[in-house]
Amino acid sequence: MSYLELQDLHRNFGAVKALNGINIALGEGEFLSLLGPSGCGKTTALRLVAGFDRPDAGGIVVDGREITNVPPNKRDMGMVFQAYSLFPNMNARQNVEFGLRIRGKHKGDGSKRVDDLLELVGLSHAVDRYPHQLSGGMQQRVALARALAIEPRVLLLDEPLSALDAKVRVQLREEIRRIQLELGITTLYVTHDQEEALAISDHVAVMYGGVIEQMGTPAEMYTAPATPFVAEFIGTMNRLDATVLDGTTGEVEHSGLRLQVDAARGRRTGERVLVLIRPESLELEARTDGVPPNSFTGEVLTQTFLGPVTRVKVTGTGTSLIADMSTARAAALPVGAQVVARIPSQGAKLISLPDDGPGLPALDPDDQ
Amino acid sequence: MAPSAFVWLLLAAAYFIVPLYATLDFSLKENKIGTPCCTLSNYSWVLHNGDFWHTIKISFLLAIETIVISLLLFVPTMYFVHLKLPRLRPVIAFMALVPFVVPPIVMVVGLLRTFRGTPNWFYGQPWGFLATAYVILAFPYMFFSLDAGFRSIDVHTLTEASRNLGASWTTTLVRVILPNIRSAALAASFLTLAIVMGEFTIANLAAFHTFPIFLQYVNESQGFPAGALTLLSFLITWGAMLSLLLVGRKRGVRGAVITGAR
Repeated sequence: MSYLELQDLHRNFGAVKALNGINIALGEGEFLSLLGPSGCGKTTALRLVAGFDRPDAGGIVVDGREITNVPPNKRDMGMVFQAYSLFPNMNARQNVEFGLRIRGKHKGDGSKRVDDLLELVGLSHAVDRYPHQLSGGMQQRVALARALAIEPRVLLLDEPLSALDAKVRVQLREEIRRIQLELGITTLYVTHDQEEALAISDHVAVMYGGVIEQMGTPAEMYTAPATPFVAEFIGTMNRLDATVLDGTTGEVEHSGLRLQVDAARGRRTGERVLVLIRPESLELEARTDGVPPNSFTGEVLTQTFLGPVTRVKVTGTGTSLIADMSTARAAALPVGAQVVARIPSQGAKLISLPDDGPGLPALDPDDQ
Repeated sequence: MAPSAFVWLLLAAAYFIVPLYATLDFSLKENKIGTPCCTLSNYSWVLHNGDFWHTIKISFLLAIETIVISLLLFVPTMYFVHLKLPRLRPVIAFMALVPFVVPPIVMVVGLLRTFRGTPNWFYGQPWGFLATAYVILAFPYMFFSLDAGFRSIDVHTLTEASRNLGASWTTTLVRVILPNIRSAALAASFLTLAIVMGEFTIANLAAFHTFPIFLQYVNESQGFPAGALTLLSFLITWGAMLSLLLVGRKRGVRGAVITGAR
């Protein structure tokens, strides 16, 4: 049974449909990330759950209880905000204690809980410090402890790491996940950072234009994107707007390039499809005589060093592809080298495109 | 420090100190030819004058009343405007300029006509009519000080964080917002105190006997005690400013400004 349910939520701001009927069902103790670009409606959804805004239609249910019209101070939701939200006139301990003090539970067990939470977030040594005496990361830790102090039914996190530097961000996201698992608290996390969402969530919901494009486990989202937008948004993807030539053999054609794609088997001949190939699935090698089957020939246009791998962009007739390969192997394929890119017939995914719809937008793989 | 800067500093200091010294010197003289310097008799006269204590008490209590009414009126209003109606802020800012633009003599005539016919406990008492006029007079000082305070903190986030943790609107205002605009509220309060303690035109035309009226009376009738009275009122103002500095230096206030400015 679902613990947190968002039922057909709609929210309009003037002519803008911020939420256009989203449905989410989250089990108790699960961690769901709402992922999407700016303006997709993810923060609006979170604010509706927190009670800071009311939906135009639809409902919110927590543990079987309808809370759509319950004011925020009666919802028992703990929230960590994107902006630093600690009360400047209170020290770390007083901030964490605030919610318990409101409930008259700050003494005895409440006091011990505050100590335990400050220890849990690794700030036992800084209980007397005021917000201006804490770093950004420490402030967000205190904010997390403060949100957890009231033993919320749902923990809400609104891009809590976006103001922090990269190293602290990675460290803190792991801590958030550790604490969430330790306390078993149902968590709704809003982020625009796909890596962050994939790293710490049980489920990810990709939102775009006020609707959920796809919801699933991080692995499902990465390996089997259901829509062109998800394919574009999650990870880096080569996208080829193609037509099925033979549904029996799985042969497709893109700008004169004929490929064998297992996923195209059973498709209708003439159907428009989007062939999706992860950069790590492509195999690049120097071009010799002859062109192997299911491959693409071209010239190395750029090389981008990414640390463990090097990203190589290959351009040929009618299209460009990117491939990730070990830096040592990439050194053998300098810019300008003629190469062959082998496209695995099993590794490519397929998404149907409308026959009479607009073509795929001209997306440069490097822009992803 | 460059020599030219030092000269300018000396000139600026002289601009403020020379009149004060002259007043002090004047206040220590006796109203008799040939008497040696110096005497504290003028200060003694002021401190033993019943009217001094009576009028200063009226003005001080009026100032407190004005501050309390203004804070009760403007803090929740400004909070609501910053939180829910930010588009109304420029309108209120424009309205706050009106007491600057309309001369007090025009304002008092208008107020006297407006409130004529109201009960005597209001129209005939400084605690009613005069306090109302002073709230209007203090409006710009209250507005611009509080506005700066509200703009230095993240009103939305602090409010939502407080509400999310279970606080009511009143608790949020009293325990979260107010402590973080304390400096602004204190600045507004002491500006109001200074205005009320020195306001002459409205009190004079409305025929109320306040401290500035007494000061004017002494100034016209007795020159040397007027000097002592001037310096004493100056010290009261300085005392108020010092209190502001001391209270404003309490813990957490810096945090309010710095965190809010991020």
